[in-house]
Amino acid sequence: MFNFVLRRLGIAIPTMLLLIIFSFIMMHAAPGGPFNSERPLPPQVLANIEARYGLDKPLPVQMFDYVVAIVTQFDFGPSFRYADRSVNDIIALGFPVTLTYGLWSFVVAVTVGVSLGVAAAVYHNSWLDYLAVGVSIGAQVLPNFVMAPILVLVFTLWLGLLPGGGWNGGQWNHVIMPVIALSTSYMANIARITRSSMLEVLHSNFIRTARAKGLPQRRIIWTHALKPSLLPVISYLGPAFVGMITGSVVVDVYFSTGGIGQLFVNSALTRDYSVMMGITILFGALTIFFNMVVDVLYAWIDPKIRL
Amino acid sequence: MFANTKKVEEFAENMASVDTVKGRSLWQDAMGRFLKNKAAVTSVILLGLILLFSFVGPYFAQWTNEEIDWSTLGAVAEKGRPSIESGHYFGTDDLGRDLYSRVIQGTQVSLMVGVVGALIAVIVGTLYGAIAGYFGGRVDSVMMRAVDILMAIPYMFILILLLVVFGRSIIMLFVGIGLVSWLSMARIVRGQTLTIKNKEFVEAAIATGVPSFIIILRHIVPNLLGVVVVYATLLVPEMILTESFISFLGLGVQEPNTSWGALISDGAGTIQYGTLWQLLFPLFFFVVSLFSFYFIGDGLRDALDPKDR
Amino acid sequence: MSLLEVKDLSISFEITDGTVNAVNGLSFDIDAGQTLAIVGESGSGKSQTVFAAMGLLADNGTAKGSIKFGDLELIGMSEQRLNKVRAEQIAMIFQDPMTSLNPYMRISDQMVEVLMQHKKMNKSDALKESIKMLEAVHLPDAKSVIRRYPHECSGGMRQRIMIAMALLCRPKLLIADEPTTALDVTVQAQIMTLLSDVQKEFGTAIILITHDLGVVAGSCRETLVMYGGRVMEFGKTKDIFASPGHPYTKGLLSAIPRLDTENAELASIPGNPPNAMTLPKGCPFAGRCAHTMDKCWDVMPALEPFAEGTRLRACHLPLEEMN
Repeated sequence: MFNFVLRRLGIAIPTMLLLIIFSFIMMHAAPGGPFNSERPLPPQVLANIEARYGLDKPLPVQMFDYVVAIVTQFDFGPSFRYADRSVNDIIALGFPVTLTYGLWSFVVAVTVGVSLGVAAAVYHNSWLDYLAVGVSIGAQVLPNFVMAPILVLVFTLWLGLLPGGGWNGGQWNHVIMPVIALSTSYMANIARITRSSMLEVLHSNFIRTARAKGLPQRRIIWTHALKPSLLPVISYLGPAFVGMITGSVVVDVYFSTGGIGQLFVNSALTRDYSVMMGITILFGALTIFFNMVVDVLYAWIDPKIRL
Repeated sequence: MFANTKKVEEFAENMASVDTVKGRSLWQDAMGRFLKNKAAVTSVILLGLILLFSFVGPYFAQWTNEEIDWSTLGAVAEKGRPSIESGHYFGTDDLGRDLYSRVIQGTQVSLMVGVVGALIAVIVGTLYGAIAGYFGGRVDSVMMRAVDILMAIPYMFILILLLVVFGRSIIMLFVGIGLVSWLSMARIVRGQTLTIKNKEFVEAAIATGVPSFIIILRHIVPNLLGVVVVYATLLVPEMILTESFISFLGLGVQEPNTSWGALISDGAGTIQYGTLWQLLFPLFFFVVSLFSFYFIGDGLRDALDPKDR
Repeated sequence: MSLLEVKDLSISFEITDGTVNAVNGLSFDIDAGQTLAIVGESGSGKSQTVFAAMGLLADNGTAKGSIKFGDLELIGMSEQRLNKVRAEQIAMIFQDPMTSLNPYMRISDQMVEVLMQHKKMNKSDALKESIKMLEAVHLPDAKSVIRRYPHECSGGMRQRIMIAMALLCRPKLLIADEPTTALDVTVQAQIMTLLSDVQKEFGTAIILITHDLGVVAGSCRETLVMYGGRVMEFGKTKDIFASPGHPYTKGLLSAIPRLDTENAELASIPGNPPNAMTLPKGCPFAGRCAHTMDKCWDVMPALEPFAEGTRLRACHLPLEEMN
């Protein structure tokens, strides 16, 4: 187990460093950035940057300082736009929002998706099965940026049940639509993956053995079939996580929830590079960490993988 | 994206396990089976119609995509409705521009992004995967480790970063999308290559002293064709989705150019003003095209899959 | 009274291209404590016959006719009631021990659940009993093996584990579906010896399904030869070996490699089994038989007794002309 985690770290750490260095280089290459003087920045901002990056130092030293500050203190430096705020301040504003509806979306996508997939496989060729298949095909062409306006159209404009945007401290009626918009396509994908792997497992030889042993259907499904059926779902969780993080940008922008995604787009539009870099690195780190968790989870379920 | 990758991987396994020597050619055989697949054939027709529309459509337009119909100004909800008389078959957008012309233009841009993105993926991914798989050993593990690393990064952020830093243009969009789209293709191709390179005809080529790169191009790549075609078909909608996503955020294609994503974004922004057609027309083309690509991809996979024979 | 009585069993599968008739009007029975071999090529319907008895047919399969276990009619029995028969009365081991055990569960869990389900034992008793059973099938180091996952055991070990698992509830009938096909030759012999030991020790009746007459010779008292979903010949194994009563049996026998004869050439039966989609009017073996007559194509020969009623055969060819 220890070796396994070590090996994973062997990929994660260089990835992380690469990401940070890449960000730094991008920041340098950026036209209108602080490192070239095409466009003058507010003097206070410039002073902040000056103090933080030490612009008179040679480039490799600057880069080294940047990496060290992030790795040791998780400090992304000052904003390029606001004199009185650091990148960390800005991220701290949006992170709780993103975390709240992101977590909910993830839970909804996994639980609903897995249940729907299992039910569809167990009641193969029933109306439930057809429903699950239909939903998962439909959801493939309904990504979050299509779901969001449709939801607002139906629930806000036609039915008048839910507010069309805002966060309001995370009140439930503000959370529902972002969660649905973000989770639908992943829920559908998880349902489809679960269904097909469950069907495959249910036709496998060891399930036939379990039936020959006179075990009740419930036990066969929950103890014999579920675990192997979940393996493909678990490998999908990594990509789903990345997809949801990405999708949160759309949700934030469309519902004005004020999460990290909105901050990202705002900083992209105002060319606040350091905030963009900070968010990219943060999400990169989260993704890498999550992928490690997924790998460990996978290995824990599948005894054939040597830890 | 991943769900499709998985399906294609299974398909690749089946493809590799079959002997290529057959009475009828593999492709003729597949063609026959593809034509029996109603959903796939319908999709081909629908896609053909959309393509036709994007080329022939402009000849029927009464307004260009940039002209502003001032008569609709301030009253788009009433005067900008879809109608034959005003010449705005699909209505106008919020600024009074003809939606029909804009949808045509968006269709052209989106389809082009999809196809070019997939093409980059095919070329780069196939060569990269075939080289890694063919040489194996250390070369393989270094090359695939690099793919692992790139895949672990939430690329949409990098893509937006690139667009912001280097300016928004269609070229930049292609570069950005192309940078990431080949990764999963490379993985699939590599796996397939690993099985092909142990086949007798490759061994025979090695034994007679054919240089490695010739072997890759002449013997490996042609045998990858089935998998590559299927995956490329499924990549096109992924690319369209990616572009639409970025354009939805207003970070993609720039005015007066437009794309499905940008049009959907515009339409979605005005739904509360009773101008629903601004959302529904682009959405219709978007959804139908994506469906078609997915069904064609699935159909091709089923048709080429030797397992069902 | 016989332990298991199969009467006029027909099994068919609905597939996209039509109906496949796997078994057609099959009848046989087996007494308690007896051993019966069902022999035939792949596709002859032998496995489907026993799957029908266990209620394990695929979803698209239907069985007609009757399979009686004592007084219980197994065909059409509800899953719930079948679960009281499975493992408790009739147990089964399968062809491929590599895939027949659940790779994601420890062997202990897979064995213990049988006893907990059927004998209402608690976990620790069930575990003790399971280890005892593994020792009974001569599995070395049973105490540590039981804690392993299937992939950590060899093929022979896994088949022993399957047999032990099948015997846990002391069933009256053990069905072995090609138990040695996937194993090495040396291990095959061990498993066959084990099965006959089990039969003696536990008094379990055994139905052995195989395509290999060589395996049958030493292990089963009676043999049923199947072809195209029908019985071709039935009788004591030693009689069948001594003087086969059906051209198909004769073909199978000559396909066994032998060391004691000069003739080094290995015989095979030309052709392939019939297409089960279109039932032949006459004998299913007609197309491959060396003695085919005109009426073989039109009339299915009836299963008739001979040798003073100790044997059965279904063939138009007079017995005298067999050799």
